Amino acid sequence: MTTAIETKSLTKMYGSKTAVNSLNLSIKQGELFSLLGVNGAGKTTTIKMLSCLVLPTSGDAVLLGDSITADARAVKSKLNVSPQETAVARNLSVRENLELIAGIYGSDKKTSRMKAEEMLNTFSLTEVAKDKAKTLSGGMQRRLSIAMALITDPKILFLDEPTLGLDVLARRELWAAIQKLKGKITIILTTHYMEEAVSLSDRIGIMAKGQLKAVGTADELTTLTGSSNFEDAFVTLATHTEVIA
Amino acid sequence: MTPITVFASRNGKEILRDRLNLMFGVGFPIVLLLLLTAIQANVPVSLFEIGHLTPGIAVFGLSFISLFSGMLIAKDKTSSFLLRLFSSPLRSSDYILAYAVPLLPMAVAQITACFIVAFFLGLTINLHVLLAIIVLIPAASLFIGIGLLCGSVFNDKQVSGICGALLTNLSAWLSGTWFDLSLVGGWFERIASVLPFAPAVDAARAALRGDYGEIMPNLWIVLVYAVVTLIVAVIVFRRRMNGEHV
Repeated sequence: MTTAIETKSLTKMYGSKTAVNSLNLSIKQGELFSLLGVNGAGKTTTIKMLSCLVLPTSGDAVLLGDSITADARAVKSKLNVSPQETAVARNLSVRENLELIAGIYGSDKKTSRMKAEEMLNTFSLTEVAKDKAKTLSGGMQRRLSIAMALITDPKILFLDEPTLGLDVLARRELWAAIQKLKGKITIILTTHYMEEAVSLSDRIGIMAKGQLKAVGTADELTTLTGSSNFEDAFVTLATHTEVIA
Repeated sequence: MTPITVFASRNGKEILRDRLNLMFGVGFPIVLLLLLTAIQANVPVSLFEIGHLTPGIAVFGLSFISLFSGMLIAKDKTSSFLLRLFSSPLRSSDYILAYAVPLLPMAVAQITACFIVAFFLGLTINLHVLLAIIVLIPAASLFIGIGLLCGSVFNDKQVSGICGALLTNLSAWLSGTWFDLSLVGGWFERIASVLPFAPAVDAARAALRGDYGEIMPNLWIVLVYAVVTLIVAVIVFRRRMNGEHV
C-alpha cells in the first residue's frame, strides 16, 4: 500500500507551550486511522497542521507527495475536513450547502448539482434537501458536515470528533456512513470514544501531552499493555510517560 | 461561477435570509427618518430638516452593515464553517473579497432606500442625490471594513456588543445627525471632528446642497479611515487564516 501521510518530527508550539511534540507517523492510503487522547493531547492541532490550517513550528508532513510547508495549496486540493463543530452555512438549505462546497472547490453549476444529488442519496439527506441547515437535528447536521467534506472527492478526509454530542442512534448511523467509506479514501479520525475507535479503525494512535505514545490495532495495543480491554490499554498509554511503540 | 462568486453569493444569501437583519438594516433607519420628520412637522424650529437629516440617517444605517458583516464572519468562526473553508484551496484575498463584495450593493441599496423615503417626505430628487449616494460609498466601505475587522477578532457575542451597541451609538451621537456638534463644543466636538462619522455626514450633506467645495475636505478623512481599516482587516484576517492568535 502507498503511504498517504508521512510526518517528520512535526511540532507545533504556542509560545512556550508545546501542543504537538516531534510527531513521526505514517498512514497508508485507504487506511482509517484514529487519533485518541484526552483533551489537550494534541489531536486537533495535529489535524490542523496536516490540513494546512496552522503552520508547524518545525518539522514537516508529506501528504500524497506534497509537503504541507512547501505546497499547502496542492495539499489542500487533495483533502477535506469535517471539523469538531458542525460547520454548516446556517441559512442555506442542505442542497445549497453541498453545492456551495462543490462550487468553492471549482465545480461548475451542473457538476455541483449532480454531486450534491449523489451526496444527498449517499447520506440519506434527500428528504431534508430543501430544509435550512439550522433546522436540522444534531445528527443530521453531522451527516451533512461529512457529506460537505466528501463532495469534493478528497483523497484524504479528516474527521475531528464526528460523533461528539450525538445520541446513540445518531452515532450508530454516522458510524455506518463512515464504515461505507473505509478503503475508498484515507480517513484520519479523532475521537474520545473508545468504542468508536475500536469499531471503525484499522489502526489507532494514542496521543498524550503532544506526543504520540503508541500506534497499533486495538488488539495490538491491548496486548502491548497487558490490559484486559482497550479502555484500560488507553488509560495506561495515555498516562504513561514514555513512548511505547 | 468562480469559487469567489459562489462564496460571495452564499454570504449575500446568509445575510438577506435573516429577517432580523433586514428589519434593522433597512427598517430601523427608515422608521427613524419617519419619526424625526414627524417631530419636525410639530416643532416651530428647524431641528430635523429632511435634507439635513437624510445623510445622517444613511450613515447611521451603515453601522448595521458592520454588524451584519461582523456577525457573519464571527458566526462562521464559531461554527467552524470558516475552518472548513480555510482547508479549501481559496486564498485569503478570495475570502475577503467574497465577504466584502455582497455588502457593498446592500449598503448602496440601504442608502438609496433612505433617500427614496426622504423623497416621499419632501426631499427634492435631483443629481445632487445621486452625488450624495456616491459620496457615501467610502463611508460604506469603512463600515464594511469595521465589520470585517471585528468579525475577524471577536466572537459573535462581542461583535453584537461592539458593532450593535457601541458603533451604532458612536455613529449616531458623534456624526452630528441629531444635533449640531458645535452646540456641545469642547472635547466632544474635537473627538467628533477626528472620527470619520461627522465628516461622512458633512460630505453627503455638502453633496446634497450642491456645495462641491465642501465635499473633499470631509471626504478625505473618511477615505483615509476606510483604507486604513480595510488594510488592517485584511492583515488580521490573513493572520487568522494562518492560525495565528491576534
